[in-house]
Amino acid sequence: MDKNISFTLKIWRQNGPKEKGHFDTFQMKDIPGDTSFLEMLDILNEQLVSEGKEPVVFDHDCREGICGMCSLYINGHPHGPATGATTCQIYMRRFQDGDTITVEPWRSAGFPVIKDLMVDRSAFDKIMQAGGYVSVRTGAPQNANAILIPKPIADEAMDAASCIGCGACVAACKNGSAMLFVSAKVSQLNLLPQGKPEALKRAKAMLAKMDELGFGNCTNTRACEAECPKCVSITNIARLNRDFIRAKLKD
Amino acid sequence: MADGYFVLPYTIQNYLADQITVPRFSTDLPEFAEAEKAVQDKIDHLMSIHGKESVDSIHKKLGHIMWEYVGMGRTEEGLKEGLAKLKEIRKEFETNLFIPGSKEGMNVELDKAIRLNDFITMGELIAYDALNRNESCGGHFREEYQTEEGEAKRDDENYFYVSCWEYQGTDEKAPVLYKEPLVYEAIKVQTRNYKS
Repeated sequence: MDKNISFTLKIWRQNGPKEKGHFDTFQMKDIPGDTSFLEMLDILNEQLVSEGKEPVVFDHDCREGICGMCSLYINGHPHGPATGATTCQIYMRRFQDGDTITVEPWRSAGFPVIKDLMVDRSAFDKIMQAGGYVSVRTGAPQNANAILIPKPIADEAMDAASCIGCGACVAACKNGSAMLFVSAKVSQLNLLPQGKPEALKRAKAMLAKMDELGFGNCTNTRACEAECPKCVSITNIARLNRDFIRAKLKD
Repeated sequence: MADGYFVLPYTIQNYLADQITVPRFSTDLPEFAEAEKAVQDKIDHLMSIHGKESVDSIHKKLGHIMWEYVGMGRTEEGLKEGLAKLKEIRKEFETNLFIPGSKEGMNVELDKAIRLNDFITMGELIAYDALNRNESCGGHFREEYQTEEGEAKRDDENYFYVSCWEYQGTDEKAPVLYKEPLVYEAIKVQTRNYKS
């Protein structure tokens, strides 16, 4: 059993994308160490509602690290202090009694704040709609292994596909670049035979959409890779750049 | 799995693929105006309750009732008690719900309240259906209906149908049951047995 801790929360409050935001401070008392970070916010919100106040708005869904909905900049890190874990997988035992924990939303031009800690990440959906798919006829699937794929390629595609589209890469980047996300989504398809016919078109279309929506370009800082909850590698960015150059040369 | 892994039946994606060519419906249609007004009225009503209980606390109580009385193992007596308790929860939701903030802009408590309203209706539906079926069938166990060895005892004589319940437009009225008989032509229906 983990021991209980008491700490101070500094949480960003903001009413809308154009409103001026500020930090609210809350004292949390006797929170069990095995409370998850989001459960801790649930406790805070239940407290706020019981006092007739508005709860802190934050995104969440599966709470098991696969949906990509939870976000939160905790003490200066997207998804908090853990490596290879989302905010929902962080437990309060990581923090010390008496700590001050600062919680902010993703801050990037591409992700306007909806309210408090919730940001609008629909830009990622628009990038996916620009080319993050394989055009096929619908109907019954073919037999498994009808198309042979070498194991190392399948593994690489699978690693790229582990991206959950949470946007931590954008939040971590000093240039607000979505290159790690775009490159992972392009790679998971371009590496596989089914994705090859549209590979170059895809790389170009998704990058163009990324630029159009106000995301910056890659700075080679690798902050995205360091903060990615799924440890997606920037090798994908190099692959995306090669696909992009090939596409441009073909034009 | 109730965990977000959904598999589409083959007919649906073929249907959906064609939908891309169907033009968007106009929001000027009378059906749209009616649906929008119904949602607006619901929101106005929820915001006007001004009670004391948060959405989450009522949701938690609902969860305990479902777990206790409408769980994996259920009995006629328990289901009846559960239904009575669900009515109490509905009353508490309707009279003692508290939603902070306003209905303008993002309000997650209002969002949750609208869903909780559906969860209560869904909970009642499950209880009604479980009560209707005097047999142990599928993943659930009506404790009165078991074999001497404690296995699930199905009653194909009386319950060989798929249930469809019609909502009566209000949560106050019990839904109406329609039965679709199960007809198997190629196979003989048997009891599953892992023992022999």
